Amino acid sequence: MAKVKGSIVVNIERCKGCGICVVSCPTGTIEMAEEVNSKGYNYAYPAHPDLCIGCANCAIVCPDGVITVYKTKI
Amino acid sequence: MKEITGLKEIIKPENLAYKKSDILTDEIMHYCPGCGHSTAHRILAEIIEEEGIQQDTIGVSPVGCSVFLYHYLDIDWQEAAHGRAPALATAIKRLLPDKIVFTYQGDGDLAAIGTAETIHACNRGENFLIIFINNGIYGMTGGQMAPTTLPGMKSSTSPYGRDVRTMGNPLKMADLVATLPGTYYVTRQSVHTPANVRKTKKAMRKVFQYQKLNRGTCFIEIVSNCPSGWKMTPVQANKWMEDNMFPFYPLGDLKTPVEQPVQQPKSE
Amino acid sequence: MEKELRLMKGNEAVAEAAIRAGADGYFGYPITPQSEIIEYLMEANPYETTGMVVLQAESEIAAINMVYGGAGCGKKVMTSSSSPGISLKQEGISYIAGAELPCLIVNVVRGGPGLGTIQPAQSDYFQAVKGGGHGDYHLIVLAPASVQEMADFVDLSFELAFKYRNPVMMLSDGAIGQMMEKVWLSPPKERSKTVPEWATTGKPPTRERNIITSLELDPDRQEIFNKKLVTKYNEIREKEVRFEEVQCEDAEYLLVAYGTSARVCQKSVELSREQGIKAGLLRPITLFPFPSKQINKLADKVKLILTVEMSAGQMVEDVMLSVNGEVPVYHYGRMGGMIPTPDEVVENLKERIIGG
Repeated sequence: MAKVKGSIVVNIERCKGCGICVVSCPTGTIEMAEEVNSKGYNYAYPAHPDLCIGCANCAIVCPDGVITVYKTKI
Repeated sequence: MKEITGLKEIIKPENLAYKKSDILTDEIMHYCPGCGHSTAHRILAEIIEEEGIQQDTIGVSPVGCSVFLYHYLDIDWQEAAHGRAPALATAIKRLLPDKIVFTYQGDGDLAAIGTAETIHACNRGENFLIIFINNGIYGMTGGQMAPTTLPGMKSSTSPYGRDVRTMGNPLKMADLVATLPGTYYVTRQSVHTPANVRKTKKAMRKVFQYQKLNRGTCFIEIVSNCPSGWKMTPVQANKWMEDNMFPFYPLGDLKTPVEQPVQQPKSE
Repeated sequence: MEKELRLMKGNEAVAEAAIRAGADGYFGYPITPQSEIIEYLMEANPYETTGMVVLQAESEIAAINMVYGGAGCGKKVMTSSSSPGISLKQEGISYIAGAELPCLIVNVVRGGPGLGTIQPAQSDYFQAVKGGGHGDYHLIVLAPASVQEMADFVDLSFELAFKYRNPVMMLSDGAIGQMMEKVWLSPPKERSKTVPEWATTGKPPTRERNIITSLELDPDRQEIFNKKLVTKYNEIREKEVRFEEVQCEDAEYLLVAYGTSARVCQKSVELSREQGIKAGLLRPITLFPFPSKQINKLADKVKLILTVEMSAGQMVEDVMLSVNGEVPVYHYGRMGGMIPTPDEVVENLKERIIGG
């Protein structure tokens, strides 16, 4: 059975650290970083990239559209 | 552009599943973290791009947090005085009937100072779209009470909570305009979860397509948050919104398109 | 095509002239003494012939904002009202000036302040010429004094509005709006198909998006914009002054009046001359830009200036500024909807000549 794997690209400088992507991710891929970007926001990032299934929930709920999503069948 | 990526081998153009719309300009949106305005703008941009109507669309921006809407979406814009967007849109649509015209307004704009313009445009059944972002507070001016602030809700001008005895009850604008024969499709949505974003996008696509039918005003209310005004984190604000705003402003279609019977004159 | 001769009310002439000028839209609200403008347009139903949109808005505020929206699309649009309704429009007018949009606003002035009377007055001069709305801007203000001018100034207003990207006001009054006179109407012009390059008509790939706005949060940039407006108004002052002189060549005493007051003063000049008083009349046609230079020139020749207005004294201040103390400037006025008679003006002039 084909498995879907995803990969997200987060523009961390434009991320405002709202955290909505974290609660929207069904697999726990995303976490908020301890570090901050140049605006002072704790940015989101794919902490567990191998869990990503490319559902794009994070991207479509992101207010600032900082996430781009890729997915493929393995 | 500083990025952090997932598994690099999957990142190929043919695997692209989602990227933000090209109708959005490069400007960083000034909204507070987690604000529903940004999400609504994104959905609006996607629909304009997917429907191929960038060349035909004219937007009317309000006064409020989204006054700079015209910096974020690459279409022709007119900036209206506070509350007057439906009046501008009336003239634009009547003078350029082949164009797609919409207003984008907050709760002060649409339900306080602009109530007359809102009701009368809907009553005349003007063939444009009204997008109403309802977060029950005046964001731009610093968190004052809005006509849609909930009873008991605190704001800078209702510091002890909205007292309906002296401040009146919140207005349910979508319900009001749904009663007018001039409105064609009235719906209430939200943009705080992926599922709701998908539903809103579906509704947004409908309202833009309906405009070609010239059957009346479409009205889409997006119940949204204001983390700064409500003094909560974005995630807390969304939860509060689910628990408090949605029972008062239930999501769903309030008026679905129906074939309007042709009005015959009473007598000759 | 020939001009057409008709007997019409001033208000009706405005409406008919608008259709013939190829106006794209009229947005208005009833108020006495100018409701005939929208009534005439509704009856004429130009949407069927020229495609001109005629809409009765829910308020004067909505109407001026409809004008803003239509003007932003590069269309010839207009509204009309009377004093209290023009007060309502001030925010919209300021926005239109700030966004540099063309349009025509007709004010058929009635007595004020407040709800006032329905009879004619000239007490909105300050509002029209000095501001009305907030901020540093000016309207081009034309003052018709006959039904013919009510008709002619509509096309002229649109021409000036588009030339300078500025709102234009026709400052009339209840008498001229209601009176019936012969008027020669121009042959109809087609509605323009030209789209100004700044107009919002949908962004094609060939240009940047057009944004109609008056908002600027950076004071440095705002000042540059304000200076641009100042330059524009100075150009208008240079090029667009219009006035009429009656028997000013040998005048020893000058009357300055516009609109209905000018019609009265025209008779007063005749009556004065019969009594051996060499009076002359300068009738400003543009109230902004004001014919300051010409009044200043005439001040060299005359012994005093009497400004006659249906108000407590508004234009008289601009006359004083124009002469800069060179000669005495007096004011004679009736208020509350009363119209001065030619004899009253002559009597007042004689008093001023004797006693000052």
